[in-house]
Amino acid sequence: MARATTPRRKAFNTALAWAVGLVIFFPILWIVVLSFKTEGDAIRPPLEVLFDAAWTVESYGVVQERSNYVKHFSNSVIIALGSTVLGLLVAVPAAWSMAFVPSRRTKDILMWMLSTKMLPAVGVLYPIYLIFIKLGLLDTRTGLVIVLMLINLPIIVWMLYTYFREIPGEILEAARMDGAGLREEILYVLTPMAVPGIASTLLLNVILAWNEAFWTLNLTAANAGPLTAFIASYSSPEGLFYAKLSAASTMAIAPILILGWFSQRQLVRGLTFGAVK
Amino acid sequence: MTFMTALRAATALGVVAAAAAAQAETITIATVNNGDMIRMQGLTDDFTSKTGIEVEWVTLEENVLRQRVTTDITTKGGQFDIMTIGMYEAPIWGRNGWLVPLDDLSAEYDVDDILPAMRDGLSADGTLYAAPFYGESSMLMYRKDLMEKAGLTMPEEPTWEFIREAAAAMDDPENGVNGICLRGKAGWGEGGALITVVANSFGARWFDMDWRPQFDTPEWKEALTFYVNLMNDYGPEGYATNGFNENLSLFQQGKCGMWMDATVAASFVTNPKESTVHDKVGFAMAPNKEGVSKKANWLWAWALAIPAGTQKEEAAKKFIEWATSKEYLELVASKEGWANVPPGTRKSLYENPEYAKIDFAQMTLKSILAADPKNCCVKPVPYVGIQFVAIPEFAGIATEVSQEFSAVYAGQQSIDEALAKAQALTEDAMEAAGYR
Amino acid sequence: MATRHARSAARLMMAPAVILLLGWMLVPLTMTLWFSFRKYLPMRGGDLGFVGFENYVRFVKSSAFWPSIQVTLTLVVGVLVITVVLGILLALLLDQPMWGQGVVRILVIAPFFVMPTVSALVWKNIMLDPINGFFGHLWRAFGAQPVDWLSQASMGSIITIVSWEWLPFSTLILLTALQSLDREQLEAAEMDGAGPIARFFYIMVPHLARAITVVILIQTIFLLSIFAEIFVTTGGAFGTKTLTYLIYQRVLESQNVGLGSAGGVYAIILANIVAIFLMRIVGRNLDR
Repeated sequence: MARATTPRRKAFNTALAWAVGLVIFFPILWIVVLSFKTEGDAIRPPLEVLFDAAWTVESYGVVQERSNYVKHFSNSVIIALGSTVLGLLVAVPAAWSMAFVPSRRTKDILMWMLSTKMLPAVGVLYPIYLIFIKLGLLDTRTGLVIVLMLINLPIIVWMLYTYFREIPGEILEAARMDGAGLREEILYVLTPMAVPGIASTLLLNVILAWNEAFWTLNLTAANAGPLTAFIASYSSPEGLFYAKLSAASTMAIAPILILGWFSQRQLVRGLTFGAVK
Repeated sequence: MTFMTALRAATALGVVAAAAAAQAETITIATVNNGDMIRMQGLTDDFTSKTGIEVEWVTLEENVLRQRVTTDITTKGGQFDIMTIGMYEAPIWGRNGWLVPLDDLSAEYDVDDILPAMRDGLSADGTLYAAPFYGESSMLMYRKDLMEKAGLTMPEEPTWEFIREAAAAMDDPENGVNGICLRGKAGWGEGGALITVVANSFGARWFDMDWRPQFDTPEWKEALTFYVNLMNDYGPEGYATNGFNENLSLFQQGKCGMWMDATVAASFVTNPKESTVHDKVGFAMAPNKEGVSKKANWLWAWALAIPAGTQKEEAAKKFIEWATSKEYLELVASKEGWANVPPGTRKSLYENPEYAKIDFAQMTLKSILAADPKNCCVKPVPYVGIQFVAIPEFAGIATEVSQEFSAVYAGQQSIDEALAKAQALTEDAMEAAGYR
Repeated sequence: MATRHARSAARLMMAPAVILLLGWMLVPLTMTLWFSFRKYLPMRGGDLGFVGFENYVRFVKSSAFWPSIQVTLTLVVGVLVITVVLGILLALLLDQPMWGQGVVRILVIAPFFVMPTVSALVWKNIMLDPINGFFGHLWRAFGAQPVDWLSQASMGSIITIVSWEWLPFSTLILLTALQSLDREQLEAAEMDGAGPIARFFYIMVPHLARAITVVILIQTIFLLSIFAEIFVTTGGAFGTKTLTYLIYQRVLESQNVGLGSAGGVYAIILANIVAIFLMRIVGRNLDR
């Protein structure tokens, strides 16, 4: 039940929350504003930027002319989705066995998996690059899908493991009593119950893969570069660059921002590995 | 149709297909996102229409580019047919046999027209490994109006003593004018390059002939002390994080009396569209300490090189000949005016009467000619390079050294502390690399 | 209880996947270990042979090593404290009845979706730059001398940037936890005369303990390997060189893969120490 709230208190809450929200959101808002200004106007004092300077889509035109946004964008989509789906295919059986047939070592293995995420990527850049040359995977989307899948695998396994653990064992018992085999058990009992968990795992990993900027930059050239490579051509050149940087940044983050907004509920569940409901 | 005819037809088809493939050849070029390179990217159609070769660009910010191409060349990854590299990389990579020698360029290309300093800096053991796309030295830019107001005249070859005097006279914090702006930002190519040439002009050097680091010498201490005092007294607030870009912006907004930096900055500060002081800028040689024979001139070029092992060497050479040719300069001049031509690579450009009308042209040439990459310092050195040392370990060492110096600029440690740390870490790195 | 048959069938079916998974993750680890015992200089001919523990000794002896550990821990602890404290306050605020709650929540979580490279670039240039940045303009508007944040308050700036990226995460999780709190319990406490502060510490904080644990655990994993934010902003200058950044300098800037790999092994050791420490201190909350 809701507590009684005076309108005055509600107005105060609203004002305060909106103020805080706008402060936090401000940097993003500001790059969107600057992206619609000329380079010269983008470095003027904020009030002049807002009220004096003309609005223009010039910077978007320049960015569009210089870079193939559509190519980078579709690479990002393919790599993010591909690595996540592949990761799920590998992780689901593993997590399943950890959750339903646990051994004494399960917890240790899980902890160790997470700790490998802290291995600094740059240390293995040369060896991985050499392996990629041998396998012909350099500058291919396939190669990036594999690498990002491997990077995010520990997180995927962790998340799935906690979801699977929440599925009550009694249901499995009941299914077995009814004569369900292992196959039926997975197909008709577990899968439907695990769908929300798998969905939020998918979502979080798409975001993580989308934003990964070390391997996606270092293993690509002209063909497979996603939006992180696109951004790297607009940071800190000579001369004025705020408007172009803002336009490119807006184009790079908008898709994932929109996706994130539409799915914040699943995200909470996903991110906390099911620990918070 | 007999089997043989079919086979012959198939072979013929194959040849045709191969020929078509050759026609539609595509080369991949990695380049840095500087203005001149972006312009080259925009002019690619001219090259494609002349040769039928398509070009794919990978344009990256400088730090990322360097990391990207270095990984690819050391592992022979073969991702690029042309790489944009600097004067630091060219001799090291060339000596390692990682680059295609550019010793058979066509007669029309006229390789002898390239300025000798640029050729020397991009060669290893007398073989050219990279063709300069644009080149630069350092020079002094100053505000003619402020000098006049201060009652001073800038000599063509000022000394650091005079610079200090002029900075004191022009410094006007109330009106937002700093006496002088210089780079202080950490990074071997930013503040590291600047403090190295300043040190050179005080008679210092990075290493002696036995590869012993020299930060414990009085010359380094004098140079660093001079720089820090000059900037603390008359430099802008927060100069410890100012690099080329930040200073350019300050100067363009009229906030610097003087600025010593890359000669390519001249076209930006005199550009009426970007600069509020475009008609008030004078140029002079980079300074030196009274009585020291070396000036604070550096030498740098962004150059195009072909990694050894590429399948498309011929096409890549054609592109390099196009992009660094005299005709390319004319092409840019016809579209954007002579002031926007990539400078500092060819003698003929400076003999061109049209180009001579630009008031910074002669000072740029003179500055480049004053720089000698084989002979950086007053005392003898075992290395090539002026503001850098052309050994593979240098970038790492100099970045850390310049971080120690930047901490001095930000007031976080003393000059002596920074020099001692620089000495220790350089000794350590040289030992790890097996020099000593 | 599953039959023996089902158990072994499950194991048999899952074993290949688990082995594959572990095998895949072992590759970089083995490589790092291998290279850490070699003199590996890509610019000088590549792998030049076995050198024993030389790389390990040299990495620790470097004057940059202990400061880098300190910086890493400062960064992690600083961001954790800020995001947890502000996250709780923000969650309490967003839990109150108000108009447009959905929109406010969207505004607050947005930074989490921004690429780390982009947020670092935007903060460095568009917000913090003393000449053209937003704060520079703001300071001047009030007649103050703009502050050069990235050199004068370098650690503070980086902690701010990283906290900005992770605050949405902690807020969202704490908010969700808060919404599951039993309202009647709170009201009963209010009836009994407990003030807002007492209610906060005796009812809300214990209730949030598990969510806070999750926030701390997950963030620590990501914070220990922070890289882009430092690469873009200070490049490791002004006392902001973390262990990860030091390894980057050794491998790519100094072109010494062996030395960097030894650093990588230290990083894994540090990560495991932190992980064990965390499990001891806060991990108990997870099993409840």
